Amino acid sequence: MDNIAGRKSGLNWAVHISVVALVLLWIFPTVGLFVSSFRTGDQISASGWWKALFPTEEIVQYRADDPDEARLPDGSGYVVRGNLFGPEGGANEVTAWGTSSRDVAAYAPGDLADLGDGETMRVEADGSYEWRGNEDQLSGRGQRVFLSTTVPPSFTLDNYERVLLSGDRTDSMAKAFFNTLTVTIPATIIPILVAAFAAYALAWMDFPGRALLIAAIVALLVVPLQLALIPLLKFHNEIGIGKGYLGVWLAHTGFGLPLAIYLLRNYMVGLPRDIIENAKVDGATDFQIFTKIVLPLSFPALASFAIFQFLWTWNDLLVAMVFLIDSSGETTVMTRQIVELLGTRGGNWEILATAAFVSISVPLAVFFLMQRYLVRGLLAGSVK
Amino acid sequence: MHPALQGLLTILIGVGGCVGYFYLSNIFLDKVLFPARGPHTGRNINRANLIRPWLFLAPALMALGLYLAYPVVETLRLSLTDRVPGGGYEWAGFQNYVQMWNDPKFGEALFNNILWLIVVPALSTAFGLLAAQLTDRIKWGSVAKSIIFMPMAISFVGAAVIWKLVYDYRPAGQDQIGVLNAIVVGLGGDPHAWLTVPFWNNFFLMAVLIWIQTGFAMVILSAALRGIPEETVEAAIVDGANPFQIFFKIKVPQIMGTIVVVWTTITIVVLKIFDIVFAMTNGQWETQVLANYMYDKLFRANDWGVGSAAAMVIMLLVTPILVWNVYNARKEMR
Repeated sequence: MDNIAGRKSGLNWAVHISVVALVLLWIFPTVGLFVSSFRTGDQISASGWWKALFPTEEIVQYRADDPDEARLPDGSGYVVRGNLFGPEGGANEVTAWGTSSRDVAAYAPGDLADLGDGETMRVEADGSYEWRGNEDQLSGRGQRVFLSTTVPPSFTLDNYERVLLSGDRTDSMAKAFFNTLTVTIPATIIPILVAAFAAYALAWMDFPGRALLIAAIVALLVVPLQLALIPLLKFHNEIGIGKGYLGVWLAHTGFGLPLAIYLLRNYMVGLPRDIIENAKVDGATDFQIFTKIVLPLSFPALASFAIFQFLWTWNDLLVAMVFLIDSSGETTVMTRQIVELLGTRGGNWEILATAAFVSISVPLAVFFLMQRYLVRGLLAGSVK
Repeated sequence: MHPALQGLLTILIGVGGCVGYFYLSNIFLDKVLFPARGPHTGRNINRANLIRPWLFLAPALMALGLYLAYPVVETLRLSLTDRVPGGGYEWAGFQNYVQMWNDPKFGEALFNNILWLIVVPALSTAFGLLAAQLTDRIKWGSVAKSIIFMPMAISFVGAAVIWKLVYDYRPAGQDQIGVLNAIVVGLGGDPHAWLTVPFWNNFFLMAVLIWIQTGFAMVILSAALRGIPEETVEAAIVDGANPFQIFFKIKVPQIMGTIVVVWTTITIVVLKIFDIVFAMTNGQWETQVLANYMYDKLFRANDWGVGSAAAMVIMLLVTPILVWNVYNARKEMR
């Protein structure tokens, strides 16, 4: 319907270019973190991550071998031969070299440099050199040489090893990862079950006060959970749960219920009336209708909510800080661990980036695998 | 016991308990309390059907009441009382609110929150609408949508790390490793520590939330755009409207309802925004917001009275949206 005859091409190009720009703008920050998690700390602080994808020019100062030890008689003078990178040679090719800090790339590999009064130097692409001169010139310290080399992109898995396997108390995410998982799974499953029954009652059973209850649930959808922090912490302390997994599971269940009931009810109301009424005529009880007909048919809505609740509990910081993490720090979750790393290791981008990427990799995987259900849930939740 | 095992056990107990409760309570109702046999079969069935909805609803209502409804009342009470050293509470009237009002940090938090409320929903919705309209017209639109939608899955804390790297600052002369400073230096400017520049740093924090919420706006608005009857667009084309007129004068008015829904949903997210500020600046350099101010008072200053008062302010700001949502929901059900 947008193909307005005759004037498509110009506008179309503009559309394509704008979308490319938008997509790049949106993905660029995440890619930065991803690339950084594969670089060493030195690499990260030496150059921007976008340069890591291309070979870089590196200029490093080397010295020729100590002439007093290495010089060999050669005609009237002496010669020192060797390799500037060391006896084994270097991994990268020399693209230019120089002997003065004022002009570090004065010569090409293989050029003969005149160092004055007959002293000469020649450096090859592999780093081997030949330094000639008389006795005075070839004494003292080795000649200083600046080599320009092209370093190919290099990446490392060390950061992941450190963050996941090292067991280092400050950097380790392994324990936090399992703690997060321990919080997430019960906190996702339990509200679904509780909400499904309630949603069925609100969708297919007739009783006084139903409309009022639905309105109450719509109202509770937007109540900020900030209000619940102190009263519930007090309550948990009074009944003896204190801070711990049980408390955080209950809290997530309570906070997730309004959305769960709302989503599931909206979906269940749309199920075909015939099926349910036929089952009733055939003598099925409400419990049977619910478990045998409504629940299986509501799978898409259940999946939508499960994804929401999973993402929400996995990514949550506030509820975990208030209801779970005590002063011992044994039950810390990944989001909390990252905030702590931001404080203690604000400059160590390799650890931060890796830790953050470990924590966002699971939700990202869930997102890309189950995107369809997520979109469906969002639409059911807000558009009518 | 290992937490994972404990978790597994909880799932079993929780799920088993729920299923057991629903199953057994139904059996009890049908077989023991009001059996569908004997002289009063009809009356018994009716009575059982009167009670059954409440059996289905009971666990959910209890959880909702305890975890959402009761805290609203209790927070209101706490905001009007002060803790007495050694235990107990005493009535404080509006003293906590007065104390909070006179705290310059609260004024800063309120001002910043209003700034957030104006900027974030507007820009997220605008970008979302733009992305929805543009991606609907091209073949690889679904891929583009996935990418713009992706930040929705990333935690606020993860996003904070991602954007801190974007805003990273090195002194002038060094190689900048933050993209923003690299661009500024590349264009001939001076590098800045963006998050420490008062007032403007708020906008750098807002960018993070806009980045996250645009995908949400896009997905919903894109569905709304597809729902527009084609005849209206075709009629406009026949009448010679240009693409911009079609978009702004034909399409946008028809999806205005959805735009309002998106706007209010993002507004609620903004009112509760905590993690981004907590992780990136913790309210330093004049970036305080209400939810972080409240957390500060509750758990660092240990002042439950003022903290609860701050929570009530958030609740007060949410209330108009709450009323509006309930009003709409009731209208729909009729």
